[in-house]
Amino acid sequence: MDKAIKRYFPLFVLPTLLAFTMGFIAPFLVGVWLSFCKFTTINDATFIGFSNYAKILTDGTFVHALWYTSLFTIVSVVFINFFAFAIALLLTRKIKGTNLFRTVFFMPNLIGGIILGYVWSLLLNGILLQVERTLTHSSVYGFWGLVILMCWQQIGYMMIIYIAGIQNVPGDLVEAAKIDGATNWQILKNVTLPMVMPSITICTFLTLTNSFKLFDQNLALTNGEPSNMSELLALNIFSTFYGRAGWEGVGQAKAVVFFILVGIIAVTQNVLTRRKEIEQ
Amino acid sequence: MKKTKKMIALWLTSALALGTLAGCGGGSADQNADSTSAADSGAETTAGGSSAPASPSSGEGAVYYLNFKPEQADQWVALAEAYTKETGVPVTVVTAASGTYEQTLKSEMAKTEAPTLFQVNGPVGLASWKDYCYDLKDSAVYKDLSSDDFALIDDGSVKGIAYVIETYGLIYNKKLLNDYIAMDGAVITSADDIKDFATLKAVADDIQAKKDDLGIAGAFTSAGFDASSDWRFKTHLANLPLYYEYLADGITSTDAVKGTYLDNFKQIFDLYITDSTCAPTLLSGKTGEDAASEFALGEAVFYQNGTWAYNDIKDNEVADEDLGMLPIFIGADKEANQGLCTGSENYWCVNSKASEANIQATLDFLQWVVESDAGKNGLAKEMGFVTPFSTFTEEYLPANPLVAAADEYVKNGTVSVTWNFTTMPSEEWKNQLGSAMLEYAQGTGSWDSVVTAFVDGWAAEYQAANN
Repeated sequence: MDKAIKRYFPLFVLPTLLAFTMGFIAPFLVGVWLSFCKFTTINDATFIGFSNYAKILTDGTFVHALWYTSLFTIVSVVFINFFAFAIALLLTRKIKGTNLFRTVFFMPNLIGGIILGYVWSLLLNGILLQVERTLTHSSVYGFWGLVILMCWQQIGYMMIIYIAGIQNVPGDLVEAAKIDGATNWQILKNVTLPMVMPSITICTFLTLTNSFKLFDQNLALTNGEPSNMSELLALNIFSTFYGRAGWEGVGQAKAVVFFILVGIIAVTQNVLTRRKEIEQ
Repeated sequence: MKKTKKMIALWLTSALALGTLAGCGGGSADQNADSTSAADSGAETTAGGSSAPASPSSGEGAVYYLNFKPEQADQWVALAEAYTKETGVPVTVVTAASGTYEQTLKSEMAKTEAPTLFQVNGPVGLASWKDYCYDLKDSAVYKDLSSDDFALIDDGSVKGIAYVIETYGLIYNKKLLNDYIAMDGAVITSADDIKDFATLKAVADDIQAKKDDLGIAGAFTSAGFDASSDWRFKTHLANLPLYYEYLADGITSTDAVKGTYLDNFKQIFDLYITDSTCAPTLLSGKTGEDAASEFALGEAVFYQNGTWAYNDIKDNEVADEDLGMLPIFIGADKEANQGLCTGSENYWCVNSKASEANIQATLDFLQWVVESDAGKNGLAKEMGFVTPFSTFTEEYLPANPLVAAADEYVKNGTVSVTWNFTTMPSEEWKNQLGSAMLEYAQGTGSWDSVVTAFVDGWAAEYQAANN
């Protein structure tokens, strides 16, 4: 069997590899090359070296977007994981209608980001109308609007992952702890949490990268208003590329920097939480 | 058993591979067949390339028009269909959503089947696209142009041709204004009395104070700063201080504005946001549709917009004969003679990087649009455009009451305000100004930052754009 797989390996890999090259590797390389170019349309570029990268810092919006995104990421990762885990704990107890609740909590995740953004902008603007404000009044409203939206969308998904993790905690371990006289809190801290560490790794990874790369929701909810103050990094790149004539290359350079940032953060996070995982 | 598994594996793989290939093939076949829908998957086409015409079935090239004006989106599609019916040449019309023309154009132009006909908004817009503009000096459409004032000429070659002349000002509801005049203590006796900013302000303030008696929500429609509406202020309203400054200095463009008339700009903008249908803190979320519907439903008397807005407001509460237009007075000197703002920011450009056949097809299409009866009818009657072409004789004047109102001003000898916003240094400048105006309006920023965005922003953006 092993031998057969080895022999047919190229054949099996070929379609995926082709698709991956066409859909990912090639555009990525073109993108990196374009970040060193000046261009209006991407098939008509002239090489200009590093000046696009130099322009990134002169454009204050990028730095603002960077810390705004970092703040947003921290807040939403904490909120989403805390609530997802809490709900998962609740729904693994023997409560009536667990399945119904799980489905209901999961459903927001099936709706696309743009639609979610518009729906929530209607909802939140409707509420803010009571105090004669709108979401785009200041970046603070936009920030919490985004956090609420992301929590609503992501908690259900992360909850499913946590539920799977919690259900995989061996019953005998919990039972042994109980016999040893552990309280519920001690069981949670010393048995459940270490055992669901792989789920925590996955969930923090997903929420971290999702929040850092967030685009659709940001576009639909505030579109960076007011004055680019509620602009996350991905949207900042988009509006630099499309919004300013002659700045396409700078947008591309920002995208490369963005890629490196996301890469560093994701790998660091993975290494850190992996270390805490234990073998069952 | 082993053999069966192998067979299945092989069969599945080939099915997968075939599926992928079929997917590609299907894509390009689709594209050739369906030329009236957006050509949105250009990368994989087989018929494209630089020499072959986009649609091999017709053999004469094809036209792809990326339209700027969402107000006339349906009419353009209808006109394109009529042309295809008559000549067999496929014409694709795609309209960019409001406020997204530049980004749509940028991504469409990178495709194999790029637009053959697109628009720039004037000299500044032309700067980033001039390498893509075909020289139109031998084209029929240029010969039909009544004056060179309506062409964008760069180094002796004709890069763009204006196809519509538009006018904007303060559209007002005559019926509501007359209702107000009929009330006790009205500060004017007829709409003609509004001849300067002071009167306009007195009237607007008074209407605002009596809005409940008049059964309206405010004097002015909401000055929304959503992307669908903010251009009315950051571009069109900002044109007025710019116009007066150019006039005073005797120039037509500049690398650094002084902001001489910014106090006047503040006056009129203050009026818009105080005598309004909504609280200024809500402006950031108000859209262009909000303002249009407020006016169309008779909830506000004044609405700053142009002749193109007729399509959006007709057939509602406001009857056609109740539509009037006033100049936007800002309290500058020599106001009594100020007219409406008239100009064009819609220039046709033909993509010079398209294939020969497609360029020819596009030129033929344009000629048909400005010379044939069906084309002229579509442009003037259906879309309601006033055009700068000599082929449009008397009977091809649009049935648009706003256009009629604009004509009247010209006949009365007022001086039209030119469209100087085409010389604004960049989109970014407008955006910065718009954001500063919004923050000022909702009370989170000061007027000083509007001045900074206007004056300092101009110099900085001019530098950035011209280096």
